[in-house]
Amino acid sequence: MAHVNLILEAQDIAKSYGQGSSKFDALSGVSLAVTAGESIAIIGKSGSGKSTLMHLLALLDEPDGGHLLVHGKDAVTFKKNELNRFRNEDFGFVFQQFFLIPNATVLDNVMLPLTIAGVGARERRERGMAALEQLELADKAKSKAINLSGGQKQRVVIARALVNNPKVIFADEPTGNLDSATGLVVEDILFKLNREKGITLIIVTHDADLAARCDRQIFMRDGREETTGTAK
Amino acid sequence: MRIQDVVASAVRNSFRNKLRTTLTVIAIFIGAFTLTITSAIGTGVSDYIDTQVTAIGTPGIFTISKATTPGIVSTGPATYDPNAAVSSGGSVIGPNGPTGLNGSLPALSKEDLATIGAVPGITAVNPLIAVTADYIQYANNGTYKLRVNTNAAISKASLAAGAQLDNSTADYQLLIPNTYLENLGYTDAVSAAGSVVTIGIKDYQRVAHTVTATVVGVQNDTLLGSGAELNTALLNELDSIQNSGKPATTAEGYSAATANFDPALSATDVQVLQKTLADSGYSAKTVADQIGTFQAVIDGIVGVLNAFAGIALLAAGFGIINTLLMSVQERTREIGLMKAMGMGSGAIYALFSLEAVFIGFLGSAIGALVAIGIGTPLSSFLSTTVLSGLPGLNILQFAPASIATIMGIVMFIAFVAGTLPASKAARQNPIEALRYE
Repeated sequence: MAHVNLILEAQDIAKSYGQGSSKFDALSGVSLAVTAGESIAIIGKSGSGKSTLMHLLALLDEPDGGHLLVHGKDAVTFKKNELNRFRNEDFGFVFQQFFLIPNATVLDNVMLPLTIAGVGARERRERGMAALEQLELADKAKSKAINLSGGQKQRVVIARALVNNPKVIFADEPTGNLDSATGLVVEDILFKLNREKGITLIIVTHDADLAARCDRQIFMRDGREETTGTAK
Repeated sequence: MRIQDVVASAVRNSFRNKLRTTLTVIAIFIGAFTLTITSAIGTGVSDYIDTQVTAIGTPGIFTISKATTPGIVSTGPATYDPNAAVSSGGSVIGPNGPTGLNGSLPALSKEDLATIGAVPGITAVNPLIAVTADYIQYANNGTYKLRVNTNAAISKASLAAGAQLDNSTADYQLLIPNTYLENLGYTDAVSAAGSVVTIGIKDYQRVAHTVTATVVGVQNDTLLGSGAELNTALLNELDSIQNSGKPATTAEGYSAATANFDPALSATDVQVLQKTLADSGYSAKTVADQIGTFQAVIDGIVGVLNAFAGIALLAAGFGIINTLLMSVQERTREIGLMKAMGMGSGAIYALFSLEAVFIGFLGSAIGALVAIGIGTPLSSFLSTTVLSGLPGLNILQFAPASIATIMGIVMFIAFVAGTLPASKAARQNPIEALRYE
């Protein structure tokens, strides 16, 4: 029964970059099971391997060692376009640097995952506007992304992550570029989505307060997991 | 991603950096413009030549001359043969063009004519008589140089007024070119038809004679020469005057001859006949062959211009590579983001290649449109001024098929140029692309 709700499972995964003497082990044997609906914080200093772990979980990269199971199946058995479809339909991404296309409109930015998925123009617009309304940004739909404030940008990014109704949202330092008040608003939005829509959150951060709000914390150091604790 | 979305994004992306796109488009424009113009010249000239051949060419006639030995450059001059006949008469337009630097053409003797006449398939052989008249005069309007076109026998005149020559009459008839009208003192072509002119000619002893003849018509200039054409009676009369008093010992020769064959012969049979004559040492050319020489020259010029346009396009291709490489560089993060969101490498490749093709389309479409916009009025201006002597010649003719071909070629070049940047974009690793500063 437990397997039904298991979305992602990392079994002793490892990843290294470079070759020979310059070889660097970013990740050396980490195991982690992600259950649907939970929120997980991956905490650690820069170079601890937390981003690498997130990239592997988000299927952006392949591990050198160990296995990564997606719905109980090894990720290596999936074809490239199946992985692409997973990321497109089941995952949402929120980045510290936003990664919005600066000269495109807010709506175009939000609709990007749907455009990639090949959704028709009309449905795209409806769903894009719905996501923007959810984040109270409907009035900014026609503005250029470059003209927004930091907090607005991050809300657009969350709208973009939401637009395809994902099962998991990966957030890499979601509040890193925001002042604490705006950061708090963004955090509230993310946890509200987790609570109300059951979207799994995997948050990479070095902010202890944000980490504490998650159900679980994974502490990373030198490519290994240090301790696992359950908050509150 | 849907095809229409890929196309729309590619078009939108190409306008992101307007200055850069414009500069690249200008480079393509230059090549496409030149290609459109040169192909229009090619079409215009070959169209004109085709009409000329059908309008003035008499089927079933060869112009025959002795084949010139092409060995002069490589082997030095040939041994002098005092018995070889040399063509009489002055400036002669032979089938190989005017006599060149090599001096007089080898001439056809009476024996040659007999040999040609004996070739199976040839029905009649007539020497081409070249006469050198001194002048032509109408009423008392002064004397003007008269140039006689020896091609009269093998072509129909393209008439501006009057009638064709009658070669069966004993009356002396001639056709004058429309360029003679003003100097001779005619008000227009119609008034010239039917008038009587005086032709001055000297005999072998340099004694001056005059002959009066009727102008039966006025003809437009054609590619086959721009002189007056005379009927057989007048030609024979002038020839007998210019040869009177000639010492009997002079070897008689003709620069060229005309040979008739069955006009119903197929093109292959005509070639066989030409081959047979060539084997005997005679060069036989139909009107189409002779006009074709002009086409070959024009084709050569057009070819050179096309090569220049090709070089321009090649350079423009590198411009496209450069533009798109910069674009890929600038949009590294965007590419990474799209890949993270599940966009496949194929779609990324298509996005950048289509951007290249679109830039190619812009350049070639603008190039073709501007070429048509400038060329059409220019062509009609030229045909009423500089080229008015060649009625029916529209030097620039824009054929939709060749414009479509040019655009296709340019877009293909752009596609090829886009390959490198597009594959670079498609190969990007999403994580590294997102980390890229």
